[in-house]
Formats: sequence, structure tokens, C-alpha cells
Amino acid sequence: MIWLAFIMAFVSGPVWAGEAQPLGDDPAVEARLKHLAVELRCLVCQNQTLADSNAPLAEDLRREVREMIVKDMTDKEIIDFLVERYGDFVLYRPPLKATTTLLWVGPFVLLTVGATVLAITLRRRARRVVDAPVTDEEHRRVEQLLAEGGKRS
Amino acid sequence: MNRFLLPLSIFVVVVGFLGIGLTLNPREIPSPLIGKAAPEFSQPQLYDQEKTLSPADLKGKVWLLNFWASWCSGCKTEHPVLMELAESGQVPIYGMDYKDQRDEALAWLQRWGNPYPVVGVDEAGRVGINYGVYGVPETYVIDKQGVIRYKQIGPLDPDTVAKKILPLVQQLESQ
Repeated sequence: MIWLAFIMAFVSGPVWAGEAQPLGDDPAVEARLKHLAVELRCLVCQNQTLADSNAPLAEDLRREVREMIVKDMTDKEIIDFLVERYGDFVLYRPPLKATTTLLWVGPFVLLTVGATVLAITLRRRARRVVDAPVTDEEHRRVEQLLAEGGKRS
Repeated sequence: MNRFLLPLSIFVVVVGFLGIGLTLNPREIPSPLIGKAAPEFSQPQLYDQEKTLSPADLKGKVWLLNFWASWCSGCKTEHPVLMELAESGQVPIYGMDYKDQRDEALAWLQRWGNPYPVVGVDEAGRVGINYGVYGVPETYVIDKQGVIRYKQIGPLDPDTVAKKILPLVQQLESQ
């Protein structure tokens, strides 16, 4: 998804720039802004990134981030600035913390549980299959039926 | 019977979780600023543009900081609640006119009444960003030491004022 956003950001540059106006003059600043903004969530329209959103708050936050980039702050400092104010919610990738353990570990726990249940079920089923003895009489009948089937087709 | 028990119990658990999910408000993002010092600012006042409003001037008081705007419909909804609270004199409400036009803000207060002793102007929304505002109205309870104690996202209603804001204000006043 992130790569898709990157590709869209770079391939369709002019179109994208038209949405996220107004762009600054320095391409290096804009490149860093794009790189950061796809990692940050717009708080008004919660399922959009800061890069995609046209909400006034997103515009203000982009301006703020742009100014911090010009001030030569590191990515970490900029992200910390936003997290201090808006919480982890601004991050598209929540950090691994006590409160988010379930979020990060949950899918793997479910996967393990599913795999275990599947393995147990398959083993039980395998045990239930018994070798049924076939008598000579039955064997002959099967061959006869198969031969008849061959003729019919 | 037994073979349906497990899927049924899983179903019930999932429905339970989804049911709880429906009652939560995804707009209410817990603020990391609660328990921290209210960010400093010095903004021009709406009425007297020569003067400024700053949290430093309000040290030693328990006060509310209310972000509002004339373009915001939620602010109209909560306005009577603010008027009533201001009239009761229990706690001062300082206003922050967020990303607004001065003449429209003045007209709005003229028309509906002014619950604020002082209104600051945050034209560019920078104070809002420092306070983690993402939609007006938002209201902060700030204690005598200048620490944020509570944040209300969205309009205040009489119930929240009576059950949360006023008991908290009284408790902070007595400290």
C-alpha cells in the first residue's frame, strides 16, 4: 500500500501536486514532506494520510511539517512533535507498546491457533479412516462393474 | 449439538466485540496533553488587538480554554451551555477564535452573546496545532499551575458540564 502511494506520488507527480497545494519552492523539502506525509494520518478524515487529505487541518499540518523540514529537524523530531500533540493516532504504523501488543501480536496468535486446530483436526480425521477389508466376492464385482462401464462409454 | 457449540460461542464473542465497537466514537482520540503543561502562546485579542491573551497571565486560576469559530456549527450548539456556565460565574471561559474572519467572529458574538472575558485570535491555527485541536469546538480545563486536566472534544452539553467539568473545577479550586 505504501509502495503504491509512493508510485502514485512520483509517477503522477503533477496531478498529485495539484491536490496537495500549495507546494513550496524547494523540491528537496517537498520530497521529504511527501515521504513523511504518507506515514501520517489526517485527524479529520481518519482514513486518509496527511498527504492525501484536503482538510484545512491537514493543510495546516503540512505547512507545519514543511517549516520544520526547513528548520532542518530530523524525521524523528518532526514525528515526535506531532505525537506529543495528537498522540500515536497520527501514525499510520502504531509503535509497539504495552497497549498495542495485541494489535501487533494478535494476527500471529490467531494464525498459530488456526494452524494448531487444523493440524489436530487433520490428525484426528486420519485416525478415523479404517482399512475396510475387501472380500474376493466384492473384488470380482468391482472388476465386473468397471468392465461394463468401459463397454458402455 | 456439540459441534455447533464452538462456532456459536465464537460468533457470540465476535458479535460482542462488534457491538462494543459500535458504541465507541472514533472521533474521540485520547489527548496525550492531559496532565501536561498547557502550551504557551501569546495571541492578539479579538476586541482589543493591541493586547494579547496568554496562559502565563492566568496562572493561579482554574480556567477553561474554548476553541471556537463563527463558521463552526457545533459551536452554535454548545453556545447556550457556555453562556449559562459563564453566567453562573463558576469558572471563566477564555475563547480562542480558531481560523476565523475577525468581522464574522465579532458579528457572531454580537448576535449570540459573548461568554468569554477575553477572546484570543488564532488566525493561522497554530495554537490549535499546539493544543492538538482537530475540530472545533474543543474545550480544555487548565488548573492553577497551568496544567491541562481535561479535554472535551466536540460541543459541551449540560450533562458533561454538570457531571465532569464543574466537579473537576471545584476539586482543582480547592487544591
